[in-house]
Amino acid sequence: MSRNDVLVTADWAQEHLGDPSLVFVEVDEDTSAYDKGHIEGAVKLDWKTDLQDPLRRDFVDKEQFEKLLSEKGISNDDTVVLYGGNNNWFAAYAYWYFKLYGHDKVLLIDGGRKKWELDSRPLSEDTVSRPATQYQAKDADTSIRAFRDEVIAAIGQKNLVDVRSPDEFAGKLVAPAHLPQEGAQRPGHIPTAVNVPWSKAANEDGTFKSDDELRKLYADAGLDTSKDTIAYCRIGERSSHTWFVLRELLGEPNVKNYDGSWTEYGSLVGVPIEKGA
Amino acid sequence: MCGAPKQGGSLAGIDLDTQTVIQGQVWHDGAPVAGAYVRLLDATDEFTAEVVTSPEGQFRFFAAPGSWKVRSLAPVGKGERSLSADVGLNETTVVLD
Repeated sequence: MSRNDVLVTADWAQEHLGDPSLVFVEVDEDTSAYDKGHIEGAVKLDWKTDLQDPLRRDFVDKEQFEKLLSEKGISNDDTVVLYGGNNNWFAAYAYWYFKLYGHDKVLLIDGGRKKWELDSRPLSEDTVSRPATQYQAKDADTSIRAFRDEVIAAIGQKNLVDVRSPDEFAGKLVAPAHLPQEGAQRPGHIPTAVNVPWSKAANEDGTFKSDDELRKLYADAGLDTSKDTIAYCRIGERSSHTWFVLRELLGEPNVKNYDGSWTEYGSLVGVPIEKGA
Repeated sequence: MCGAPKQGGSLAGIDLDTQTVIQGQVWHDGAPVAGAYVRLLDATDEFTAEVVTSPEGQFRFFAAPGSWKVRSLAPVGKGERSLSADVGLNETTVVLD
């Protein structure tokens, strides 16, 4: 994988509106953003109600994912073009899902909804409906998903990248600062994790930095590319952004996203925690 | 979860004895700016959070006591404001130019 295989510019996306081989998909936690205006022809996915199991803490299984994409009118041959708010956090999260369930052609629009809005590009309020399909997902590819036991075993062995803000890493905040500071979990970070906030990989307009800048960023942070890497944040969406950078843009082979992230790790009994920068 | 609550509005239900709330409005040309991107930067200028302003141009963050910078970006321009926050309500206005 390299940048040109996985990332498209807003210009490219605008030039390809209406291309029948593409399906634009907006992914947000706040679907009211989509309802106020979306890229023409784009369908919406709600990261929580569409992509999470309604009962257990887990994401949708293979059958649920097939049902979702079939209803949204996405077929196995379509090229899925993802974008979203929050600097593409949730679009990157959805990208990871599509890869987890083996979708072949997936692209992310650089800068997502933010760049699109800052450029004052056109948004549509039209209702989008696509004919239902018979989507067939592959079995979940756990080579890109880390679970808690593997994370604990990785302490001091693999690269652990904590992509939260420095204050969350240090244990000063337990959630990103647009949310009330509450939660059962203990503040801090996984021992031996390096803190490379996701935001360091992005420019202010939400676009990704250049490959050279990104390589330097992780090298300076002490990431050893000869080792496997696990990225985590609070609930796994910001770390999807970093997973996308490391695996899809930079082509690092063994990178996993730990979607349990701090809300799981920080609530486990008996696991080691460090605080401070 | 990670979705920002609705920006602005009532402070009901927010415990100002424990939360450090930084809130305010984004203005440009004498009027509030809806849909502006507002990010909160920590004392080292590192990104901490980002929200989009309400139709009334309002934003709200839940931070911790200390020095912060609020930076806003919109199609009409950009602006920033530094502030020192304490537990409770901290209000500020960011003007875009």
